Amino acid sequence: MNNLNERKFIVGLIFLIVGFVYLIRLFNVQVINRKYKADSDHNVLRVITEYPARGLIYDRKGKLLVYNEAAYDLMVVPRQVAEMDTLGFCDLLGIPYEDFIQKLTTARNYSRYKPSVFEKEISAESYAQIQEKLFAYSGFYVQRRTLRKYPRKSAAHVLGYIGEVDAATVEKNKYYKSGDYIGKSGLELAYEELLRGKRGVKRILVDVHNREKGSYEDGNLDTLAVTGQTIITTLDAELQEYGELLMKNKKGSIVAIEPETGEILALVSSPNYDPNLLVGRDVKKNYPVLSKDSLNPLFNRALMAQYPPGSTFKTLQALIGMQDGVITEHSGFPCIKSYVGCHNHPAAQNVEQSIKMSCNPYYYSVFKRILMQDKSKSIFKDSEIGLAKWNKQVKKFGLGQRLATDLPAIKSGFIPDVNFYNKWYGEGRWAFSTIYSLSIGQGEIGVIPLQMANLGAILANRGYYYTPHLIKEIKNTDTIPSIYRIKNDVGIEQKYFPPVITGMNKVIEEAGGTARRAKIDSIAVCGKTGTAQNPHGEDHSIFMAFAPMDSPKIAIAVYIENAGFGGTWAAPLASLMMEKYLTGKIKDQAKETRILEANLMDVKPKK
Amino acid sequence: MRNQRNIFANIDWITVLIYLALVLIGWISIYAAVYNEEHHSIFDISQRYGKQLLWIGLALVLAIIILIFEGQFFTSFAYPIYGSVILLLIAVLLVGAEIKGAKSWFQIGGFALQPSEFAKFATGLALAKYLSTLNINMKDLRTKVIASVIIGIPAVLILLQNDTGSTLVYASFVFVLYREGLSGNILLLGLYVAFLFVLSLLLRINDFTFFDSITLSGDQLLMIILTMVAALLIYWTRKLKKAWMVISFALIMSLGLIFSVDYIFEKVLEPHQSKRINVLLGIESDPHGAGYNVNQSLIAIGSGEFVGKGFLQGTQTKFDFVPEQSTDFIFCTIGEEWGFLGSFFLVALYIGLFLRIIFLAERQRSIFSRIYGYAVASILFFHFLINIGMTIGLAPVIGIPLPFISYGGSSLWSFTILLFIFIKLDSERINVLR
Repeated sequence: MNNLNERKFIVGLIFLIVGFVYLIRLFNVQVINRKYKADSDHNVLRVITEYPARGLIYDRKGKLLVYNEAAYDLMVVPRQVAEMDTLGFCDLLGIPYEDFIQKLTTARNYSRYKPSVFEKEISAESYAQIQEKLFAYSGFYVQRRTLRKYPRKSAAHVLGYIGEVDAATVEKNKYYKSGDYIGKSGLELAYEELLRGKRGVKRILVDVHNREKGSYEDGNLDTLAVTGQTIITTLDAELQEYGELLMKNKKGSIVAIEPETGEILALVSSPNYDPNLLVGRDVKKNYPVLSKDSLNPLFNRALMAQYPPGSTFKTLQALIGMQDGVITEHSGFPCIKSYVGCHNHPAAQNVEQSIKMSCNPYYYSVFKRILMQDKSKSIFKDSEIGLAKWNKQVKKFGLGQRLATDLPAIKSGFIPDVNFYNKWYGEGRWAFSTIYSLSIGQGEIGVIPLQMANLGAILANRGYYYTPHLIKEIKNTDTIPSIYRIKNDVGIEQKYFPPVITGMNKVIEEAGGTARRAKIDSIAVCGKTGTAQNPHGEDHSIFMAFAPMDSPKIAIAVYIENAGFGGTWAAPLASLMMEKYLTGKIKDQAKETRILEANLMDVKPKK
Repeated sequence: MRNQRNIFANIDWITVLIYLALVLIGWISIYAAVYNEEHHSIFDISQRYGKQLLWIGLALVLAIIILIFEGQFFTSFAYPIYGSVILLLIAVLLVGAEIKGAKSWFQIGGFALQPSEFAKFATGLALAKYLSTLNINMKDLRTKVIASVIIGIPAVLILLQNDTGSTLVYASFVFVLYREGLSGNILLLGLYVAFLFVLSLLLRINDFTFFDSITLSGDQLLMIILTMVAALLIYWTRKLKKAWMVISFALIMSLGLIFSVDYIFEKVLEPHQSKRINVLLGIESDPHGAGYNVNQSLIAIGSGEFVGKGFLQGTQTKFDFVPEQSTDFIFCTIGEEWGFLGSFFLVALYIGLFLRIIFLAERQRSIFSRIYGYAVASILFFHFLINIGMTIGLAPVIGIPLPFISYGGSSLWSFTILLFIFIKLDSERINVLR
């Protein structure tokens, strides 16, 4: 056991060595190393998050559409709240005493040392009053934040709104913290990452009494808040507002596009709402009201509503017929009303006249030739081959597929294909005679107003389009998403366009045209009326157009629900929009007054 | 049986005074850590310092009760006490309350009791009892196994409660076993394994390239070097019989360990545990996550400088910057408010206590008392080692209390019982006949 006795020295030595090492370390940390002294120096750290201002949004002419307005959150640090005139304070804020107690208790339960929000989003005016007297109430201070403001009160569907980020997003995306704001719809959602900017963090040192003493480590760890990027949209604010004005008391939508770029000039969905309703704490109050409104103002008809294109579709049928070589521009067909109903007009001698007079039987015949090109002995098989080819061609026009526009909430429309009818009727159980209503844009076809305006742009461009979009410029960069720079060819040779376009011009300019009301003095307008059959009520009035004829600057589609024939309401409304855009003023005041005064909201359902 | 009436007779006042000093320092530090202008009364039971005052009072009562007992009681009842504590540990697994992820508390009203704290002295008693029986030789395998089982049962039960920190405390019994004859090579082996583990952790994140073509990761390099060293050793010891077998075996085990470092690190340890080790070794920097506590703790301690900021003048510790301010990170308050002088005094006090306990243990006639004394010193030392080490960034963050100082009734009482049983045993050393 002798040797074991010496082990006490070894154990004791280990204890001593550890003690010694710890003392050396402590001497180093407390006396030699200066880093910790500098960090502390009778101060403690406070981390302040700096919220960046969200990016601004301008229209194409530099008019401000969205900016930020200062709002103020009243903060409280419960530990610092001293004896005070509680009732006076309640008066100042305009809250009942019970609220005061409850809010203070909530804050206390969260933390006695950390600030929490006592009252949210105090307006600038109330802030001015409160600020003056706030010194008397220790523990309370005001933190600045920003609210979105929409000075022109228009384009709500395009701009969208922001709101508090939901828990699922916080979970998924590291950037967001509970209580942050995020774009919920429209451009606010589409360009969220550009608009939001980058949060900054500031670490400041404060003493025991929470007084600021300067920055921590000379601010080397701080990050600056980066302001959100400014976005310039393709919208023309004046045109947009004029469109909204014209659509007052009407259900429907207007989409106007600059053909040579695909830039959306106006995107109106009516009824609409003031975007300022969905800002800050008002959202809670207003959102339920808007979403329960029977007229559904939150619904963006321009992108989400699908209607049959009606007779506007004839322009496309004529082009396909000529491209396929089944008709020429000089082909004439008699107006045989037993095929399909028509109004009274002289027989169309050629493509031009067929467009001008919008002859239904003419297109019955054209579509029959497109579908049945004798590729097979069986009429069923033949129609199938024809439809497949036709479907492919129609889709090149951006129909029946989601247009990759910036706004994420968009429908694709529908162009029936072989599969669809095989499911519907059974394979080999349908032929041209079953589906001939497609010839005049009725039946199972669905098109959203944006696609219709894009069809106008394609005609204006004589054969191509750029995907319609709303982003024109991101400030301080020279790029926009490259997809908007790609020229989409629709696969129709340019030489087939003139007869259709001349016909569209005569729709307006010549006696017997279907949209004489769309005439604008001094500008050659090309257009095509449409009437979408509506099983639920009065037909929808459609007009698709572009102008001027030779160097088009604007292509437009107007849908007015339950307003009947396209030439009556949609055509003159579209012409007002084009005239406004091209000349800046309206010559024919009577035409404008007629549209402004029209109330087409309460059109009786068809019996 | 002299002076049987006087319970304070023959007790070691030096130890008692150090104990009282530490308890007082603890209370003052808790008061400073949670000090709040709104609550002035030191008896305010809603504040931790008020409660701790109550715990201290009860601890002193406990100490006196222990002194009233015959020392013989603890010798005789070592196993029953151990058995009851084991039962409590099992019970807490079944009906215990979970606090901060560890299911190690009995919740009785507003009062929580942690049986794992009491398992420490009970294990010390049982180990002392077993190793002091006649004809025990640490060199026997049987002895080693039984001693390991006595230590292992509570350790495993506490591990099951998800209280890794308290489990590690049981490693400290290795000092006791060492003193009683466990081969010192085991200590060295432990050191070697730890060294190898840390070295391969540090090296495995680096790549080394030789001759512009061969790239080896750090741990591969380490393995090659070890193999070369082993080869050299075998060459030098070639005249010794069987030396090559020992060296080869050691090499294979070492290589196996390096191989398994990845596995242990990624699979056996919890992510937060491996992260803490990484932060400690400087492999990973994470000033807001795992490194936050240590960084804030170092700022608090470092800002105390030589003489400290003075009582209640600590600012780092006031605003909840260091979590667990009054429990695991209590040393920050001392370091900040009393500076290097205070830290020095405290470290000296502890080392003095440990050495005093060893001194007392060595003068015992009873082997039981000596072994128990070593158990007391080892347990206290291990808490000191880890707790202060973690606050100054020399040990991984393992949440175990600083004896007599950290806030908390269970730990204060268990340390008091632990120490005072030994003080009682020591006071009766003269009565014991070998």
